[in-house]
Amino acid sequence: MSINSSRNGFAHPSPGEITPRHVYEERRDLIKLMAAGAAGAALASWASREALAQGAAGARSGKLAALPGARSSLAGAVTMEKLTDYKDASSYNNFYEFGTDKADPASNAQSLQTSPWSVEVEGLVRKPARYTLEDLLKLSAQEERIYRLRCVEGWSMVIPWVGYSLSELIKRVEPLGNAKFVEFVTLADPKTMPFVGTRVLDWPYAEGLRMDEAMHPLTLLTFGMYGEILPKQNGAPVRLVVPWKYGFKSAKSLVKIRFTEKQPGTAWNKAASNEYGFFSNVNPNVDHPRWSQASERRIGEDGLLSRKRKTLMFNGYEAQVGQLYAGMDLKKNF
Amino acid sequence: MKLPVFKALLLHRFAKTIVFGLALLPFCWLLLAAMTNRLGANPAEFLLRALGDWTLRFLCLVLTVTPLRIISGTSALARFRRMLGLFVYFYAALHMLSYSWFDMGFEFDDIAKDIAKRPFILIGFSGFVLLTALALTSFNRAIKLMGAKRWQRLHRLVYLVAGLAILHFFWMRAGKNNFTEVYVYGAILGTLLLWRGWHRVKNKPG
Repeated sequence: MSINSSRNGFAHPSPGEITPRHVYEERRDLIKLMAAGAAGAALASWASREALAQGAAGARSGKLAALPGARSSLAGAVTMEKLTDYKDASSYNNFYEFGTDKADPASNAQSLQTSPWSVEVEGLVRKPARYTLEDLLKLSAQEERIYRLRCVEGWSMVIPWVGYSLSELIKRVEPLGNAKFVEFVTLADPKTMPFVGTRVLDWPYAEGLRMDEAMHPLTLLTFGMYGEILPKQNGAPVRLVVPWKYGFKSAKSLVKIRFTEKQPGTAWNKAASNEYGFFSNVNPNVDHPRWSQASERRIGEDGLLSRKRKTLMFNGYEAQVGQLYAGMDLKKNF
Repeated sequence: MKLPVFKALLLHRFAKTIVFGLALLPFCWLLLAAMTNRLGANPAEFLLRALGDWTLRFLCLVLTVTPLRIISGTSALARFRRMLGLFVYFYAALHMLSYSWFDMGFEFDDIAKDIAKRPFILIGFSGFVLLTALALTSFNRAIKLMGAKRWQRLHRLVYLVAGLAILHFFWMRAGKNNFTEVYVYGAILGTLLLWRGWHRVKNKPG
């Protein structure tokens, strides 16, 4: 038997080693039972901590509207890794419209007006349209997808998103034959976003994907996380999640989706083209000019003294997306 | 507070102990927060950055001692210079330690490669090496051994260290074009350096 650790990256154990679901769930019940006092007092205090930890990790905030999604059956769409705590996922954010510190979005984004909201779909499509958020929410069945999120800065999380494949929307607007790229434009409202207008980036923040990337079923049009609608600091009310690319590719608070023939300019590429390429696929072999991308720290899990874990090619989604880049020089097309 | 009272306080036999305790407070606060898991979602990053910040702050503080002493005529301030200088080194060493430990897992090969590869790390590391030389020659006998002139020349390198520290900080913030704090520290250190230049020219005999 080969012994794998998080240092080798996540590897699926052989099927025989996977704990059957009912056994796994029984353990949780047992813990809850113990916490309720069925076991001795000392054990109960240990167990209540454990039960709390279990609850807190997967739990919703309870403050936002529920947005349930059926567990996705798509290959690679549900990782079994431990979820990042909701608290960390909603308080450690990059959303520069609200400030450059990780804690800024959570404190500043509450001014964001998410209703009414609509997304303009335009460009090289047969059926351009303005979709209201309500239209989009029911355009396709909501799914829960548990993705790894790898930030270009060298940290990662595991987040249960709620949404559906962007391809569902793309199919409905019927792209023309010459539509080669998709541009995602996000909200830039200086009245509600205090840092729009600062020199940090070009506003509005725009991102882009090649058509085949946008059509890939893992590319998620996202409305919620942890079973609730998205918190404002995480890109409410609708955002993109592209799990095999660095986090900044997953544009937040989308207002426009445009189909183009030419590769669109993207915010970070315009800010520093030598540091952030158009593709920005997670790649441990291509370092950022100022730091290594070979490893990452899993927020909330890799504590102070634990070693960083190895970053996986395409963030562990190589089996699903590797063929999109067959024959490409990924050092050049970083 | 009247200046004579201030001077008397500086000469109080517990003055050094109190300053020592105060200078240790950021360390105690960080240690406590780390042990009680209150450093936020990414404690390693928090510690690394906080220790870097405190290194810069103590660097500003120690470089203020001499101008303040001369301007206010408070020679008693000189008593605190070495201690504050060593606190710069203390926080710089902890900064370096947390980089080597939390970021690099004490993989010395990786650390060496990282220093060679990333100018921003190289600059920070050079500053640390220079500070080590200053810390190692900070005791009284070193002045005698080296001769006051040479000792002083060596210890003027602290200005080079200040420059390296600002460059290191600037580079780190460059990714986000977020330079406000860099400019604040840069302005403080720049002013202190300018004052010294001016003071030297003014007091040149002839």
